[in-house]
Amino acid sequence: MLRHEPWSAERASGIIAEHSHLEGATLPILHALQETFGYVDSGAIPLIADALNVSRAEVFGCVSFYHDFRKEPAAGRHEVKLCRAEACQAMGSDALHREILGRLGCDWHGTAADGSATVEPVYCLGLCSNGPAALVDGEPVAHLTADALEAALTEVRQ
Amino acid sequence: MTVTLYVPRDAVALGLGANKVARALFAGAERRGLDVTIVRTGSRGLFWLEPMVEVATPEGRVAYGPVTLNDVDALLDAGLTTGGEHALRLGNPEEIPFLAKQQRLTFHRCGVIDPVSVEDYRAHGGYRGLEAALKLDAEGIVTQVRESGLRGRGGAGFPAGIKWNTVMLAKAEQKYVVCNADEGDSGTFADRMMMEGDPFNLIEGMTIAAVATGATRGYIYLRSEYPQAFATLKEAIANGVTAGVLGDDILGSGKTFHLEVRLGAGAYICGEETSLLESLEGKRGIVRAKPPIPALKGFLGQPTLVNNVMTFTAVPWILENGAKAYADYGMGRSLGTLPIQLAGNIKHGGLIELAFGVTLREVIEEYGGGTRSGRPVRAVQVGGPLGAYFPDHLLDTPLDYEAMAAKKGLVGHGGIVVFDDTVDMAQQARFAFEFCATESCGKCTPCRIGATRGVETMDKVIAGIRPDANLKLVEDLCEVMTDGSLCAMGGLTPMPVMSAITHFPEDFRRAGSLPAAAE
Repeated sequence: MLRHEPWSAERASGIIAEHSHLEGATLPILHALQETFGYVDSGAIPLIADALNVSRAEVFGCVSFYHDFRKEPAAGRHEVKLCRAEACQAMGSDALHREILGRLGCDWHGTAADGSATVEPVYCLGLCSNGPAALVDGEPVAHLTADALEAALTEVRQ
Repeated sequence: MTVTLYVPRDAVALGLGANKVARALFAGAERRGLDVTIVRTGSRGLFWLEPMVEVATPEGRVAYGPVTLNDVDALLDAGLTTGGEHALRLGNPEEIPFLAKQQRLTFHRCGVIDPVSVEDYRAHGGYRGLEAALKLDAEGIVTQVRESGLRGRGGAGFPAGIKWNTVMLAKAEQKYVVCNADEGDSGTFADRMMMEGDPFNLIEGMTIAAVATGATRGYIYLRSEYPQAFATLKEAIANGVTAGVLGDDILGSGKTFHLEVRLGAGAYICGEETSLLESLEGKRGIVRAKPPIPALKGFLGQPTLVNNVMTFTAVPWILENGAKAYADYGMGRSLGTLPIQLAGNIKHGGLIELAFGVTLREVIEEYGGGTRSGRPVRAVQVGGPLGAYFPDHLLDTPLDYEAMAAKKGLVGHGGIVVFDDTVDMAQQARFAFEFCATESCGKCTPCRIGATRGVETMDKVIAGIRPDANLKLVEDLCEVMTDGSLCAMGGLTPMPVMSAITHFPEDFRRAGSLPAAAE
C-alpha cells in the first residue's frame, strides 16, 4: 500500500533545496515531491520556480506535460498500471482491461468503487514476452488475469 | 559446504514470483539443514522458463524452470542443491538450444553474474574493453568503433563512429555522454534486461565513450516504467564509485567520469534524442529542430554523445576483441549482432542475440516455437509501435537495416511482436494513430493534429462509413505526416498504419460489407 505525507510547503522547500544544485533539477524535484506527497501540489510550483530561477509557467508546463505527475492525490489505496501496448494487445489485453475496469467499476485514470486502486494506462513495461503485464505499486505482474490482479491487490495490502 | 543458488531478479522473473521462490528456497533449505547462499542475478532471457533457478555444482551450473512456489519443496527433496533429477530440471542452461544457438557478444554475462558486483563483473571478463581503450588515444578508440561498423541500436542505425568522432573533435569546456534508456517501444526489453542483469557493461561502454570524446560527465536517462532497473543502476553506480571504476581516477588512469541515472516521467517522445535532452534539462520533452545536432549542441548547449543502451553495451566487446572481430558478424552494412526481442503472442519469448541477417521466420519458428495461443501467426510487428506489420509472405525478410527498409519496414530496436489470427488489423491501425495522439509532443502540426484526425477517420472506416473514400483520406494523411513531421514519432506512425492497410486490406472492409452500414 502506498503511504504519503500530507502536503507541507516547508517540507517541500526542504526537498527542493536538496535537489536544486543538480543540472536539470526539475524532474528530480518533481519525482521527489511526488514520492513524498503522492502528487505535486500546486503550491510547489512557485517554490520550484523560485529555487531554479525559471518561470512558474515553465514548471507548470513540465508538471502537465509528463503522464507520471499527478496534480492531486490518487484516491485509490493502490496504484495499478496496466500495459496497453501492442505486445500485451497480442495477448488479449484489450478484453482483459474491459473486464478489470468492469470489476473495479471505474474507467482509465479512475479509482475503483471500493477505493482499492487507481488505474492508469501505461505503454509498455518491458515484460513483452509475458503479457498481459501490469505494475501494482511498482511491483511487476506478468501473465496478468483479472483474478491475479485481485489477488495482487489483496496481497500488497498486507 | 555452502551451495550457491542463482535466482533472477529481472522484472519478468519478479512478475512471475521470483522473490517468493527465492524466499521459499532459502527457508526450505534451512529447514533441511542445507547451507545455501542465494545470488540474485539478471535473466538469461529465456522468459518462458522464468523463474529459472540455477545451482552451482562441481559439473557446472544446472538450471530448473519455470519454478513456482509450489515446486520448491519437491525440488529440494529431489536434491536441487546437488543438481538432482526433477521434471523441471533443464540441465546446463547454456546447452538449452534457444541459448546455445545464439551469438551472445553483448549479453554473455546477463543472467550469469551478480549484476551489482564489480568483482563478479571483472571475474567474467569485465573492464577488459576499458583497459584496452586506455592504451589507445581518443582517435584510436573512435577508429575501433568506426571500423567495427557499429550502428546506433536505438532505431535510426546511424554509424556510431561518425557520431563519436564529431563529439571528440568538438571543442568545449564540458562535454557529456548521455545514454538513451527510454526504451519505450512495445515489444522491446533488451535495455531493461541489460540494465537489470549486467549494468556494468553499460557503465563500461559509457566510460569508454567518455574517454574517447573527452566528456567527464554522463547521464543515463531511464524511463520511469522500469523501477527495478533504476534501483539496480543506482546500486551499480555507487559500487562502481567505491571500486574506482567511476569517479575522478578511473582504473588509476587519472581520467574522470561522473555518471548519474535520471528518471523520465512517462513520456514516450523522450526516447527521441532531442526531446530527451530537453527533458534532462528539466523542460517539457519537446522535440528540437536539427541542426544544430546534439553532438555539437546537446545537453545544456554542450557537445553531447547520445547513444542507446545497446550501442554502448556493444562497445566493451569491440574494444576487447577488436573492430574486425565484431565486423565479421552480420551482413551488408548491418554488422555485428542484434539483440532481438521476441514478444507478444509467442510460445518461447525472450532475448535472442544473433548476427544481423537472420530472417523473421527463423526467429519466430525456430526460436519462438510459434504462438502461445497455438493459433496461426497472422501479423508480426517489427521495430516497435512505429514499425511495420508484416504478413506471412514477408517473413523471409532478413533482419538487416537495408533489407527491412526495402520492404517498407524497420529494424528499430529489434523488437518483434507476434499476433495470431484473431488480430483485427483495422484496430491496430487505429491504435497506431491513438498512440501517436497520446504521445505526440505537440510541437509540429502533422503529428499533433494528424494523429487525432487519423483516429477519427479510422473510426469511420471501422464503422463502415464510406470506407473507400476514408481510406483514401488516411493514405493522404499518412503522406503528410511522413513528409511534414519534425521527428520519427509523426514521421513513422504511417508505417504501421499503411502496412496494415496494404498487407491486410480485408480487415478494413468488414463493416463496409454490412448492409446496415450502407453509405
